[in-house]
Formats: sequence, C-alpha cells, structure tokens
Amino acid sequence: MANMAQAIRMALHYGEQNLGVTEIFGEDVGAPLGGVFTATQGLDKAWNAPLDERGIIGAALGLAWAGGRPVAEIQFVDYIFNAIDMLKLAANGHWASGGRYKTPLVVMTPTGSGIHGSMYHSHSFDSIASKLHGMKVVCPSTPLDAYGLMIAAIKSDDPVLFLKPKALLRSKGEELIPGEPADEKLLHGMIDAPLGDRTKWKAMWPKLTDYTVEIGKAKITHPGDDATVVTHGRMAPICLDVARRFAAEGKGSVEVLDLRSLIPYDWEAIKASVKKTGRVVFVNEETEITNFAEHLIRRLVDECFYELKVRPRLLAGKATPGIALSPNLEYFIQPQAKDVERVISESLADPA
Amino acid sequence: MPTAKAAKTPAKAAPAADAYKKLGAAKLLKIHELMVRARLLEERLIKMSKGGDGFFWIGGPGEEAFNVPLGLQVKKGSGVDCDFLHLHYRSAAIVLAMGAQPIDSLRQMRSVGTDPYSKGRNFVNHYAIPELNVVPVSPTIETQYATAIGTGIAQARAKTDAITVVNGGDAGTAEGDFHSCLVWANRPVLPLPILIIVVNNGWGISTAAATQHGEKNIADWAKVFPDMPGKTINGNDVAESWSALEEAFAYIRKNRKPYLLEVKASRLYGHSSSSGANRIPEADCIALLEESLVKRGLAKVSDFKAVWEREAAALDAAHKQVKSEPFPELETVWQDVFADGLPPSYPTKGGS
Ligand SMILES: Cc1ncc(C[n+]2csc(CCOP(=O)(O)OP(=O)(O)O)c2C)c(N)n1
Repeated sequence: MANMAQAIRMALHYGEQNLGVTEIFGEDVGAPLGGVFTATQGLDKAWNAPLDERGIIGAALGLAWAGGRPVAEIQFVDYIFNAIDMLKLAANGHWASGGRYKTPLVVMTPTGSGIHGSMYHSHSFDSIASKLHGMKVVCPSTPLDAYGLMIAAIKSDDPVLFLKPKALLRSKGEELIPGEPADEKLLHGMIDAPLGDRTKWKAMWPKLTDYTVEIGKAKITHPGDDATVVTHGRMAPICLDVARRFAAEGKGSVEVLDLRSLIPYDWEAIKASVKKTGRVVFVNEETEITNFAEHLIRRLVDECFYELKVRPRLLAGKATPGIALSPNLEYFIQPQAKDVERVISESLADPA
Repeated sequence: MPTAKAAKTPAKAAPAADAYKKLGAAKLLKIHELMVRARLLEERLIKMSKGGDGFFWIGGPGEEAFNVPLGLQVKKGSGVDCDFLHLHYRSAAIVLAMGAQPIDSLRQMRSVGTDPYSKGRNFVNHYAIPELNVVPVSPTIETQYATAIGTGIAQARAKTDAITVVNGGDAGTAEGDFHSCLVWANRPVLPLPILIIVVNNGWGISTAAATQHGEKNIADWAKVFPDMPGKTINGNDVAESWSALEEAFAYIRKNRKPYLLEVKASRLYGHSSSSGANRIPEADCIALLEESLVKRGLAKVSDFKAVWEREAAALDAAHKQVKSEPFPELETVWQDVFADGLPPSYPTKGGS
C-alpha cells in the first residue's frame, strides 16, 4: 500500500501528465530532495523556489491568471501565516473581479501535530483557512482520499488549500490507488528516490488512472446509530479506531464522519447523521479558541435543535500559544485516542 | 539595442529638444488627448467622491506623461503572448491608453451593477480586464509585485516576446513583496521578463520618502543584480518617458530579463479623497507637454482647447448615463464566490 506522501506524489504525476499541471514548486520541492516529506520526488515539473512564502503564493496566483494550473507548496503550515494576504487575494480574486478572473491553483502544506514538531512544526490552520472565503479547503486522512482530492483540487477552477496531515504522510491506507502495484516494495523501488546520489535517478511511474474525490463530500468511515463523530485529518483514523473498538466491546455504535473537505463542508451529511443519532462530538486538533467546529455546532443548534438528544461536544487542542515539545506536554495539549474515547463515552452517557 | 551595462547609466538630463520632434506631432497629439481624457476622468471621479456620487477616490492625476506612453507601448491582448499588467490604483491613464472606456471607471466609482471590473464591489481604479491582461488590482500595497512573478514565469517559459509589467509607489518598496519580485525576477535558473516600475512621488500617504528611505535612488536596488538594468527618469516629461519605456520594453522583450525603472512624478491631488483630494502646486505634466508642443510649433493652443472641451463633453454624457444605471441586486453577492457556483448548503443568512 502506498503511504500518503506517495499517493500525493502519484496524483501530482497524474496531474502533470494529464491535467495540465506545468509548475509544482516550493521550498526544497524539486530535486534532489523532492519535498521535506518526499511528496514531490521524481516529478518532471517540480522545482525549487526561493525561501519566500509570499513570493510562492504570488507566483502561483500569477501563473493561474496566465492560464496555468500551478501547484505550490508551503513547506509547513506553520510558515503560511506571512502569506495570508496572498492567500486572501487568491481566495477573493474571482469575486473581486466580478467573476472575470478564475484562480485555478493548489496550495499544499503539511499541517498539524504528531511528529514531535514543537512550536513551529505542529500548527493547525483550519479555522483561519475557513475564513479565506472563496478558497476551498481539503484535508484527507487516507492515501486514497489524498490521491482523489489532489486530482479534484487540480481540476478545480477555484483555489484549493490542500492540508496534508503531517502525522499521516507516512501512514498507509486500506485501499489501493487505481494503478498502484499491490506489491509495496515494487512501488518503493519505482517511485521513491534512492538515498545518496540521485542525479541519475528517474522515477518509474505505475500506470495511474483518474480518480476524483469530489470536493465538499464527507465520508462515513464507520456507520453507527448511537452517536456521531465529525472529524478530519490526523484525528480521523484515531476516531475510526475508537469507533471500531467501541463496537467490538459493545460500548456503543458510533458513526464516524470524515469531513475530507472543510470548505465547502458537507452540511447535508453532518445533518443527516446527527438527525439519526441525536448525539454528536466534533474532534479536531486545532485550538478551541476559536475552532472551526464551533461554527458547525452553532449551525446544528440552529437547524437541528430538536433532533439533538444531548448537548453537542467539541474535543480540540488546548489554547496554548504553541504546542510543546516534551511528549507529556504535547499529548496533554493535543487530543489523543484516550481523550476521544472519554468524550464519546461522555456523550453516550449524557442523559437525553 | 542597449546593453545591460549601458542601460545601467541613469539618465542625466531631460532628452534633447528634438526628442519631441522625433516623436512627431501626430503621436504627441494622440498622447495629449489620452492624457487629457485621463486627467478629466480623475477630476470627475474626485468630484463624484466629494458630491456623494460614490465614496473613496484614489487615482493617478499627475502620472499621465508616463502612464499614457506605457499604455501605448504595451503589447495588448489576452494570454501569455501578450503583455500582462499588475497595476495599482494610480493607473487610469495606462488602461485608457490601452482602450478602456472612462464610463466604466464612472460605473465603478458609483458602484453600480454595471461596473464591469468588480460588479460594485471594489474601489474605483481597481480594474480587472482579462481581454487586456490587466489582472485584478488590489488595494493591498505591493502584492502586485508578488503576483507579477507568476505571469513572468509563464512568459519566461513560453516562446514569446511578451512581458509582464508591474507598477506601484515608492513607499511600498519597503514591503517584502517588492524584494520578492527583484529576487525571483533574477533567479539564475529562470530570469523573468518583467518591467518593474516604481513611481516615486516622494510620499506614502503623509510620510515623506526622505524620512524613511536611505536609498539614494530606488533604481539603485538594481545594482546588486548584474543582469537587471536600473534607471531613474523624469516621468513628468512625455518624450523622456516614451524613450525610457521604449528602451526598457526592447531590452526585456529581447533578453527575457527584468528591468527596474524608477519614475519621478507629481501627485497632483494628494494621496486620495481621505486627504482632501485638493490640487497641489506640483509640476503638471499636461501643461508641460502643451508648452513643449507650442514652443516647437507642433500644435496651437486652440487645438488643445478643442480636446479639453470634447473630452469633457464625452464625460458629461457618460456620467449622465451612469446615473441612470441601477445599483447591484442583493443576490449578486453570492455570484463568483466560487467558480463553480455556491453549494446549496452554503450558509447565506449571516448567522442564526
Ligand atoms: C499592505 C498595505 N498597507 C497599508 C495600506 C494603506 N495605504 C494605502 S496607500 C498607502 C501609501 C502608499 O504609498 P506609495 O507606495 O508611495 O504609493 P502612492 O500611493 O504614493 O502611489 C498606504 C500606506 C495598504 N493599502 N496596503
């Protein structure tokens, strides 16, 4: 099985071969490194940009206006903050120009905690991203979704912020990517750059095919009747695991909804699940002041007040100025599996 | 063809008297007519702002002697084979010289639904004209220097002589985006064909350049890049502007490398309506041109009078027309948020 970094790489290769992607760039994105998480190794159109986040997004915007479909990378989402102005321009350009300029660009960036990244390699950006109105925001939790969402992002005529959960980039999925060889070692030999001298290395790509995960569509990763968990990114596999355990241990039937897209979010899917279960827990790793899920909770209160059996809950990161390095501190600040278990149990136990 | 080295010598004095004769009466009168059109437009916009027929005004009266020759020398059209323009809010004379219509600026000033640049969403002089490769003008100072990188890359890759033009003010050069543009345009792996213009009127809003900038000339930033000529010119002089632009365009078109042009110009109505928009006693480039033409026997005072009257009458008619046009319908705010339309469940109530 491909890991998520390989899946993104394969989607980008599919994009440069078939979807008109002519520029894939960012800090250390080109040879020899191919990205700090290897997501751009071996790509024909990948190149190294100056160490300049504003310039990178500005370049992507100009390329989009010139008719291209660029994919730009911000090396870590922790370093995207100085480019917010440029992201706003990408997001509002279509509206500001009265619909005359489309901005088909993708900005991808590793997000979130879970790799002992301390203060500047652990940030989440969800709620800020959700305020760049006009920008679509996606965040996969499996390699196959990463592949399908990247292809959808490239095809989109809107700017798409593609959040790559750092902690999941090396994780493998349960499904093959269309065209991926079943033998993991074979894939590794084909598309992973060798250690040492890479000057003569060229990737050997499997014959990949089109596979699109529609932007704005969530996925039920575990059906259930007693409570709904709405999550995405790094927390999605943790929630799935907890739901499976709850089912196996007879602790409750928990439905897990992996949002996959934050903007636009799949409101119909959230509503349908909550109407069915009457109990809902939102789980993400962004700090609780102020959290993207708070908007979803407000909307649920507005639109599904009488279907909610108990109060909606939020499990989020603690609102510290950063995420601390020491593991006991990081695990305290950021939600962990045991916290997910606790909050779901509490929601299930809330008297209706 | 000037070499990079020759072009690095700054202009010493205004061109010899025959520079006007060389341009010829026909071209000069065409330039004069466009300068008058731009000036009258800006003065009308100021009047509208003061008279409650619109709100904020910001524009470029005083920059016509440079901006009209610029607009006339642009390779007009859409796509990478034509020049791209990343402009700021003092560029009316540029777009008028390229064929934009004054009535459309009146529409944007009055923010009526027929405003073709932004559907009543943005300030006046904030264009978006895909047919002319004028990319969306943003109120954010200096971001245009970052987006210019992108169209510059597209044109550096294409087999074309088309280039990217970016303009802005002197105070904005303190922003990183200006330096992003210089660095990216001079990357050894891919130099960019960008005409980097800085119009130096000596002011930010109210802050004198001399109090904040130790650079002797802004064009001196070119000195650290061996392949980028830098030049400072008197932008109040039509002939000097024309020939400097000719030289810069020719250098960039042929060599596919950047050129930094600093243009000293007047700011005839101060910063904007927020500072009163009253006439300031600085050199007036239209009066200077008229003087030069009469002195050389290339035109008579009565010729000018006819132009001013004709242009004013045309503007009166356009203004009358715009006053009869409706303001935008409320539902139009949901147009153009996304290129593929608003998802049905997108929240549109503004709260509960
Ligand atoms: C990023 C940003 N900061 C501040 C402002 C507010 N502002 C508008 S114009 C201006 C002065 C710009 O001066 P300069 O760059 O010299 O251009 P000029 O207006 O003189 O042509 C300022 C500070 C802004 N629009 N954008």
